[in-house]
Amino acid sequence: MLIRLGTAIAVICLMSGAAAAQTVAKPTDPQIAHIAYTAGQIDIDAARQALAKSTNRDVRAFADDMVRDHSAVNKQALDLVARLNVTPEDNETSRALSKQAADERAKLAKLSGAAFDEAYVANEVAYHKTVNGALANTLVPSATNPELKDLLETALKIFEGHQEHAEQLAATLK
Amino acid sequence: MSSRYLPAFMMLILAASFHSARADKVPVTIKELAFSPVQVQAKVGDTIEWINRDFVAHTATARSGEWDVAVAAHKSASQALSKAGLVDYYCRFHPSMHGTITVTPR
Repeated sequence: MLIRLGTAIAVICLMSGAAAAQTVAKPTDPQIAHIAYTAGQIDIDAARQALAKSTNRDVRAFADDMVRDHSAVNKQALDLVARLNVTPEDNETSRALSKQAADERAKLAKLSGAAFDEAYVANEVAYHKTVNGALANTLVPSATNPELKDLLETALKIFEGHQEHAEQLAATLK
Repeated sequence: MSSRYLPAFMMLILAASFHSARADKVPVTIKELAFSPVQVQAKVGDTIEWINRDFVAHTATARSGEWDVAVAAHKSASQALSKAGLVDYYCRFHPSMHGTITVTPR
C-alpha cells in the first residue's frame, strides 16, 4: 500500500514540482479540499472494515478513534468549503488515492484474525505516513486560503498522533 | 480586644478557614492535541477542569485506571481529586497526549 500510495503522492509531488516548471498548476484550494476530504474518507472506510472484521479490542478502539477523528476533520472541511462557497474539485490525485484504497480494502477483505489486524494496522502506519508527508510538503504549503491552511495544519497534528498511535499498536501486534 | 469586636473577629477567622478549606477548580486547556499546562499542582478535594478547544473529542484518563474522563469537542469536563500523590494521565484517543497532576494533602 505504501508503494502504491507512493504513486499517488508522486502525482501530488509532481504537481507541485511541475508548478515550479510552470507546466502543471500546483493543486488549487478546491483540489486540496477534495484530496484532504478523500484521504479522510478512505481512512474512515478502512476503519469500518476493521470494525466489521476485527475482534481485537485495541484494534477496534483504534478504528473507533479513526472514524471519530476523521469524521470530525471532514465535517470541519465541509463546513469550511460551504462557508467559503468553494466546491471541492475532483482531480487525478483524489482518484488515484480512491483507486488504491479500494485495492487495499479488497486485499484486506481476504484476511482474517491476527493476519487481518496486523495488515490493517501496518497499512494505517504507512497510509498516515504518506498522507502526513503530502500534507506537510504539498497541501499545506499550496493552500492559499488561510482558514483552509489552518485546518490542514490542525489535521496534520491530529494525523501525526494517529501515525504514532498506529506505530505503537503495530509494535504490540508483532 | 473589646467584646464588641469579637463577632467580627470570629467572622474573619471563619472566613479564613472557609477559604483554606475551599476546594479549587484547576483549569487545564486542551488545544491542538496538547494539555496545557502539562503539569499542574492541586490539593486533595480540588477539581481539575479540562476545557477542550479542539474540534475532536479527547479523554483525560489516569494511568492508574482510577478515572477516565470524556471531554467532548468544544466542551469541558471535571474530575475531583480524592487522594494525594502524583497522577499521570493521557488521552485514550490520542495516546501521545500526556499530563501530570501533583496532588498534595490539604
